[in-house]
Amino acid sequence: MLKLRQALIEKIHEHGSRDYPHECCGALLGREEGADRNVLGVVPLENRRNDSPQNRFSIKPEDVLRAEKEAKANGWDLIGWYHSHPDSPARPSEYDREHAWPWYSYIIFQVEKAEPREMRSWRLDDKRKAFGEEAIEFISSVSG
Amino acid sequence: MAVKVIIPTPLRPYAGKRDSVNLEAATVGEALNSLTSQFGELRKHLYSEDGRLRSFVNVYVNDEDIRYLQRDKTAVQPGDTISIVPSIAGGARA
Repeated sequence: MLKLRQALIEKIHEHGSRDYPHECCGALLGREEGADRNVLGVVPLENRRNDSPQNRFSIKPEDVLRAEKEAKANGWDLIGWYHSHPDSPARPSEYDREHAWPWYSYIIFQVEKAEPREMRSWRLDDKRKAFGEEAIEFISSVSG
Repeated sequence: MAVKVIIPTPLRPYAGKRDSVNLEAATVGEALNSLTSQFGELRKHLYSEDGRLRSFVNVYVNDEDIRYLQRDKTAVQPGDTISIVPSIAGGARA
């Protein structure tokens, strides 16, 4: 279960709407709590794919290191990534699978005509064959 | 003194839960070979089926990207640190 607070969802949604019709991307910072993961911060990052940003995104290793550093500064871990699929379902593509590692949580959300729609989270299996869906618990209060 | 390879968090489950591994090697290629021989499950997350380092996997020797050095032939000295850092990529259907 991936726990995600409303304020962070809004931050991700705004990023998706702002960058539409391009894909947006960013890092998920948080902690593992038993079998659950608690997202405690998000870091919007620049999509470095200038050649095809409407259906591709890329985060450079230096941005990965920056996100890791920010997580560590808060006593958290870099637990995953989010990206938008403009006018396309919130499901991982074959390209997503080829470029993923297990363990990370990959949030994908659809943005339809600049409006954020369905948000889902995915984890790649050990054999790199398929993504499995990770349930998201949407938390509305700041205390959760 | 050996070369130290830092294992990124997502790959630690495939490296005996270690965050780093010390090993003897003269080049980056030797170090990664030794690492993936010791921890076979790591191989498929670092290399594609054709045996090449996956395009999104970046390797650094003391913060220098090996693409700008001699790639897997880059020499390493005892005490050097090798880091494995992913680029994150993906996207909707083409």
